Amino acid sequence: MANMNTENLVDLAAHIEARMPDAVRSTQIIVGELTVLAEREHILPLLRFLRDDQQCNFETLIDICGVDYPERNERFEVVYHLLSMRMNHRVRVRIRADEETAVASSVAIWPAANWFEREAFDMYGIQFSEHPDLRRILTDYGFEGFPLRKDFPLTGHYEVRYDDLEKRVIYEPVKLVQEYRNFDFLSPWEGMTSEIPGDEKAGGGA
Amino acid sequence: MADTAHLIEEDDRKFTLNFGPQHPAAHGVLRMIMDLDGEVVTRIDSHIGLLHRGTEKLLEYKTYLQGLPYFDRLDYCSPMNQEHAWCLAIEKMLGVEVPRRASLIRVMFSEIGRIMSHILNVTTQAMDCGALTPITWGFEEREKLCVFYERASGSRMHAAYFRPGGVHQDLPQRLIDDIAAWCEQFPEKMARIEDLITENRIFKQRNVDIGVVDQRTIMDWGFSGVMVRGTGLAWDLRRSQPYECYSELDFKVPVGKHGDNYDRYVCRMEEMKESTKIIQQCIALMVKEGPGPVLLAGSKLSPPRRAEMKNSMEALIHHFKLYTEGFHVPAGECYAAIEAPKGEFGVYLVADGTNRPYRAKIRAPGYPHLQAMDHLSKGHMLADVSAILGSLDIVFGEVDR
Repeated sequence: MANMNTENLVDLAAHIEARMPDAVRSTQIIVGELTVLAEREHILPLLRFLRDDQQCNFETLIDICGVDYPERNERFEVVYHLLSMRMNHRVRVRIRADEETAVASSVAIWPAANWFEREAFDMYGIQFSEHPDLRRILTDYGFEGFPLRKDFPLTGHYEVRYDDLEKRVIYEPVKLVQEYRNFDFLSPWEGMTSEIPGDEKAGGGA
Repeated sequence: MADTAHLIEEDDRKFTLNFGPQHPAAHGVLRMIMDLDGEVVTRIDSHIGLLHRGTEKLLEYKTYLQGLPYFDRLDYCSPMNQEHAWCLAIEKMLGVEVPRRASLIRVMFSEIGRIMSHILNVTTQAMDCGALTPITWGFEEREKLCVFYERASGSRMHAAYFRPGGVHQDLPQRLIDDIAAWCEQFPEKMARIEDLITENRIFKQRNVDIGVVDQRTIMDWGFSGVMVRGTGLAWDLRRSQPYECYSELDFKVPVGKHGDNYDRYVCRMEEMKESTKIIQQCIALMVKEGPGPVLLAGSKLSPPRRAEMKNSMEALIHHFKLYTEGFHVPAGECYAAIEAPKGEFGVYLVADGTNRPYRAKIRAPGYPHLQAMDHLSKGHMLADVSAILGSLDIVFGEVDR
């Protein structure tokens, strides 16, 4: 945001790093936004500190969401967005997570975390320990799989329709008349990097 | 009640009621399982997601420009405000600034969207409380605003008018004149609707001291927008973290006192008056500053002009590339938020340097508000549930995404 000048954020970042050395792996300020990369084991003390500390005062939980990086060892990231209405600044906290290990739930700190964590569980399968009610929230009753994972197909697995003969809604495997077309626009236009047959003649000729 | 309580088995008074998913007061598709003790609500379990369309998944498979129209379909009461957040996020990542005239047009249409949303909310809430006339009067004005949307973008609702780098097309002068004329007559129409509702005995009985929100609740449950201002906290992103040209416009931030349904209603009515003033200021500035570009000229974000494409091969290639491959956004992440009519609408964008977002998370204001439904309704009567729900200003397009 335009009015949060970078100097204040640098001070704030230094303050958080100094006070919570165990929890903070590093901090960065990009496009005027402060990001705290944190350790998963220490997320609750860190969030509590961010809420209660007078200089931070991040009293409002704006959002919790997951991000999927399938190529990493710990494939998920959980991203917290916090806001302080009094100090008029924001912070983003990112931690790593995987499919098995649970992230400590922050419902005890903000009741608002309840649905956000349910959504992250629903979409990515990220587990939250001590969550009072970790059910699916946005997907259909009885839904299987985690739709926002990168390996989940855009079309999904099942389609739903009302069957007039059976007089009920039925679920069937998705049948597509035409496969979803995924255009690769990242090819030769920007200059080719991969070798094609015949390249060796051009290079080693002389 | 107290005299007969000993005659009734305690369990006879307790029952569970299913509200929705099809219910006129649910403002869309909401299913609530309500535990009641007699007529008093003890617990509400909201089942949402009946309008879930996988917007965030779809965005990952579309170019930035193709993703834009999905934002119209989130909060469909004020479509352009949502597009605004998406455009701001992209512009932040690209580090571009929109032309002056585009900024004024954006602010003007954001405020038109705010009025559209507030008219819809205020009048339907009145209808939930039994008043049938305000909605017919309010929607007459709302329809005129929809026509302005249509004249600017070609569509009454799903405009796709804001684009990264500006707005799609310039406005004709006649449209600007008509909007100015509309602003002149709107306060009088507002006054008539206020006559119907504000001092209405039934409306007050249904809303005063119902759904009271205090400052602790705001912080705990992640409230924003009118839900915050209703309690007296003057928190408005247009004022506290200004974007576009809001910092140079003159408007007030109306706040309530008690944080109940009625104060929120009054806040919304006052906000509409302020929005009208903002629109008038934008028009005055547009007239004063004269015509200018509305999309970043000569950048990779905007299509070349038709005439140019007839003569220049590069322009033709650029046009083709823009609408097939789209522009690339440098790798990184950002969060852009706007003051939508319903609260803080934010977009968290993770880009990987390609033409498509790696992850786009939509932070809808209605989501945390609806979540607090259980907290707010506990101890209220069954009839208050629809009044509270109406006052939260929920739209399922954005809650379910």
